[in-house]
Amino acid sequence: MLDLKKYSSIGEALRDALETWPGEVCLLESDRGEEKQRLTYRGFRDRALPLAKALQDSGFAEGDRASIIMTNQSKWLISAYAIFYCGGTLVPLDYKLKPEEQWKLLKHSGASVLITEYPIWRQLSASAGRAEAANIKTVLVTEMPPNADLAGARTWESARGNGQPIFVPRKRQDLACIVYSSGTGGNPKGCMMTHENYLEQCMALTSVYPFWPGVKYLSILPTNHAIDFMVGFFGPFTCGAAVVHLRTLRPEYVREAFPKYQITYVSLVPLVLKNLQKGLQARFDALPASKRRVFEALRKINAALTKSRPRLALSRRLLKQVHDAFGGKLEAIIVGGAFAEPQTLQFFYDLGIPVANGYGLTEAGTAVTVNDLKPFRADTVGKPLPGMEVRIINPDAEGIGQVAVRSKTVMAGYLNDPEMTAEAIVDGWLMTGDMGRFDNSGHLQLFGRKKNMIVTEEGKNVYVEDVEQVFEGLPVKEYCVFAANYIWPSRSMVGEQLVLVVHLEPGQGFTEELRNEIVARNNRLINYKRVHGIVLYHEDFPLTTSLKIIRVALAQNLVKLDRHQAILPI
Amino acid sequence: MRTLEQTTQEILELAAKQFKAAPGSLKAEDDFYRKLGIDSLQALEMLSRLENHFHIELPDYEVQGVSDFKTLAERVQARL
Repeated sequence: MLDLKKYSSIGEALRDALETWPGEVCLLESDRGEEKQRLTYRGFRDRALPLAKALQDSGFAEGDRASIIMTNQSKWLISAYAIFYCGGTLVPLDYKLKPEEQWKLLKHSGASVLITEYPIWRQLSASAGRAEAANIKTVLVTEMPPNADLAGARTWESARGNGQPIFVPRKRQDLACIVYSSGTGGNPKGCMMTHENYLEQCMALTSVYPFWPGVKYLSILPTNHAIDFMVGFFGPFTCGAAVVHLRTLRPEYVREAFPKYQITYVSLVPLVLKNLQKGLQARFDALPASKRRVFEALRKINAALTKSRPRLALSRRLLKQVHDAFGGKLEAIIVGGAFAEPQTLQFFYDLGIPVANGYGLTEAGTAVTVNDLKPFRADTVGKPLPGMEVRIINPDAEGIGQVAVRSKTVMAGYLNDPEMTAEAIVDGWLMTGDMGRFDNSGHLQLFGRKKNMIVTEEGKNVYVEDVEQVFEGLPVKEYCVFAANYIWPSRSMVGEQLVLVVHLEPGQGFTEELRNEIVARNNRLINYKRVHGIVLYHEDFPLTTSLKIIRVALAQNLVKLDRHQAILPI
Repeated sequence: MRTLEQTTQEILELAAKQFKAAPGSLKAEDDFYRKLGIDSLQALEMLSRLENHFHIELPDYEVQGVSDFKTLAERVQARL
């Protein structure tokens, strides 16, 4: 791999990578089982540089911001490289957000360029939010059908300048990306990530999970997500490896991709991993009794032989059929985005498939700890990566306290929000809001969350402010949304839920009509953002002088209620 | 050519069968995540089932943010 210590920016490292492995394949793209594209590093460069030139010709200069809203595909990475080549700052946005939310973040980011796909642009251009984001001057849209309405955009395919673009160097402390770690309610959290953040994170991660030419990484998590950006783009590219994109993420095509491309690594959120476990278990259960007994015996032998460390070659021989279904070359499944349950992790490890679980957050530059498999410990999130200082703040009698992180991978701060930055980074330490402790062997264990938010099994961060908007105007005296675990601290990282706390007007009853209205409003939210229950509270909410709800104080009052009796399920 | 009502009805029947809901228990306005208790992956599996049934291709982006049968039926209908 490239020696990243020598580089000052993502663009500089990527430029060298493209020169170092010109003939190696870097991108494979498949749609419904059919390969649509195979690009070498040379081919990647030849596609990116004319785009960089077109951007420069349009006035895009050092420090300017450009956003990408695309599904996982080759043009995402090509566009990102073109932006870095020009010395620009990348704003990767979630393609799954609603158009109004995307415009809001585009405005907040101050981006002047937007690069997107036609189906996304079709919705974005029709959204009223467009008028607000006047900062977007150039829109490049790929995959436009013939005769489709460009709605003021230009096609990505025609954005090809003549001649060589000028490479714009950046310093390590310059801004590389603005990554939004939350939804759009309240204040958007735009994490300002520097070039150093990425260079250091990449060195740390690849020291434990290396990439090399010939490695094929299957990119399923959205590339705007910090994990896929690192292990599905920057990491593999600085090691001469290849990334596989599937344009259709149906389970059957994902399954097919493993043997077809002999995938080496894949990153999954816990929900998908659990689903995979269910599918495999169903197939094992369906085996005839005699075969099943043999299989169970082999599984036990494998578990015993890999207790202290993974032995891939041995596991692939012992449990050949299972490994063949995964292509026979899988080195590890990287699990991230949310907390993964130990029994699921153990299930895969016992089959001889190492699961690289860990702990991280966008603000800390993806991963803070990773399971190094020496030995595998399903009950922990692993040890801190090289270069990460992790400590537990104010530990209780059991050693559990808030996890704080200090490293060169920690963000510069939240965009346009010095107050929120000062709350998050105290004396150089990032306060994660997660509760944890170290065990005797230095592995971090997590025990719930201190902050008023939830993380779903799909890896979605949901902040209460994002959810509250939908209840605006609800005919009650006052209301407030909480993460149930924030009120009633639980030492669990799974099954987190939101509740709507309602204070009725004097004399007002909790009628079926009101309940129906809450349900109807709740259903307007995207499924993972919905509240799971209502808590009726009969006292006035504590308020600031500017009439804002003091959530901490309200939570302190609510904790006196019995959790199970207080929450009325909806 | 099916009408939108027919398409909707067929989708409701297919979904009920796939996720073992009582026949006739689903309505067009229902939120399929909530009503069927399914997650986003199972929703993708349902799309594959619909593609096979209607002999269409339904790109993932077409159903981005869709959570009710009615809108899903409209997206299917537009591709018939």
